[in-house]
Amino acid sequence: MTHFIEVAYLLAAASFILGLKFLSSPKTATKGMAISQGGMVLAVVATLLHHDVIDYKFILGGIVVGAAIGALMATKIEMTDMPQMVALLNGFGGLSSALVGASAFYQLTPNIDGFSMSTIGITVLIGTVTLTGSAIAFLKLQGLMSGAPIVFPAQNIVNLLVFFVSLGIVAYLVIAPANLMIFLVLVGVAFFLGIMVVIPIGGADMPVVISLLNSYSGIAAAASGFILSNNVLIISGALVGSAGIILSQLMCKAMNRSLSNVLFGAFGQVEAPTEAAVAAPAPVEGQEVPKVISGTPEEAALIFKKAKSVIIVPGYGMAVAQAQHAVKDLATILEKQGTTVQYAVHPVAGRMPGHMNVLLAEANVPYEQLIDMDDINDDFEDTDISLVIGANDVVNPGAETDPNSPIAGMPILWAYKSTQVMVLKRSMRPGFAGIDNELFIRPNTMMIFGDAKGTILKISDALK
Amino acid sequence: MSIVSITLFVLASFLGYELISRVPPLLHTPLMSGANAISGITLVGAVLASGSGATNLSTILGFLAVIFATINAVGGFMVTSRMLNMFKPKESEEKS
Repeated sequence: MTHFIEVAYLLAAASFILGLKFLSSPKTATKGMAISQGGMVLAVVATLLHHDVIDYKFILGGIVVGAAIGALMATKIEMTDMPQMVALLNGFGGLSSALVGASAFYQLTPNIDGFSMSTIGITVLIGTVTLTGSAIAFLKLQGLMSGAPIVFPAQNIVNLLVFFVSLGIVAYLVIAPANLMIFLVLVGVAFFLGIMVVIPIGGADMPVVISLLNSYSGIAAAASGFILSNNVLIISGALVGSAGIILSQLMCKAMNRSLSNVLFGAFGQVEAPTEAAVAAPAPVEGQEVPKVISGTPEEAALIFKKAKSVIIVPGYGMAVAQAQHAVKDLATILEKQGTTVQYAVHPVAGRMPGHMNVLLAEANVPYEQLIDMDDINDDFEDTDISLVIGANDVVNPGAETDPNSPIAGMPILWAYKSTQVMVLKRSMRPGFAGIDNELFIRPNTMMIFGDAKGTILKISDALK
Repeated sequence: MSIVSITLFVLASFLGYELISRVPPLLHTPLMSGANAISGITLVGAVLASGSGATNLSTILGFLAVIFATINAVGGFMVTSRMLNMFKPKESEEKS
């Protein structure tokens, strides 16, 4: 029986590897995830046959309750809210690893040895940090808590101290295991640490934070595998851990910032002086104030009628306005009149990696038209219209031209190179980074103010 | 025993890195929720923790771990396939 369980675990680990491998193409991805699901079921069924498992009431009860909640969440969630969903699931993953660690602690006490204690301590620490960090990320994304960074003096030093204290407690527990009091202190410190590390990070940096928490939830799972000497947990946890690390790196690269700048830089501190600088030049008399060219949806429709090629640049504003279906309808009208339509997706558009792609796929945009920044940037030059919907910093030419800009060096979509740029925006208010966007005052830019969805519907009506 | 485990951890991390570098940005959201679902494998640890037959704090904690790991796995896999089913090539759209 032990051999059967080991083989089942091996197959499960292989199924997860295949599942991730098949995610390299949208054609095979569904099949890959089905294989991984099968592997997960196999691993759990095999575990039920383990000789240590003699009572099934808690297991089956827990699985029924958990499956019902999970299924309900997965079916009800709006695609716009996917970042919150992933944050919650990360948190639950971390919590469950921490609980496995705590359960092992109570089971082994008082005969607990130093090695077991070290794995339990690390599992509980990472799991709890994942839980509370994800909870804060969820609150920020859901708007239940301000997305602005919460900063105070010497914050990084305080956080670093808390981090070292938590490691110190783990080390102390290794020397003196089975100390319930100290164990509970560890849980408390980890709880606090998770909150502290996420509150200074602004809403626009959430894609990085979610990716990183995803990684933590994997590492917590792997750590719990060390407690139980369970290889399938270790392998799967390591796979997930590296997934999160890679995504965090990609997000940082797409913002031209280092991971430590995102985590400890508190972007909000850059924000304040910039806003002051922006406000200052306005009252100077005699200086030529750049003109903002604004237009109506009807005027825009006249230009669209003649366009041969259009690139749509979606941003988080499109998700907020729930405009993706209206965008797809507009694209269909344009394609009927013979215009080619493509979508340019910046890696950090939206609140999580790939968020825009999911929203547009939901609106039935075929995935061939969803094009990554590096592949589409050369096309802007030969494009008649770039339609920027609720995106701001990712099309700001200031990133290339102004070395003092807070987003200097961030790779951007070259929307400004197209013959005509149309920007759908509520107002001239700067974006998340609080930076003025030079694109809005360029002579080839037309600003169309108002709700993105309403504007697009009006353009579509005028084209019909 | 623990050296073998550490070896596995390191090798699996490298493997994960290679695999995930090949996932296109198009599928990064399903990748995250899918990876998330895979981390629900802690369910295996939770099952071991809650099935010992005793009813004490240890099994109660295991029971809670089963609930949250199942939410993680079931919710993660279901929402991932829901998303992946939305990604359609051009041809299938013309058929419908």
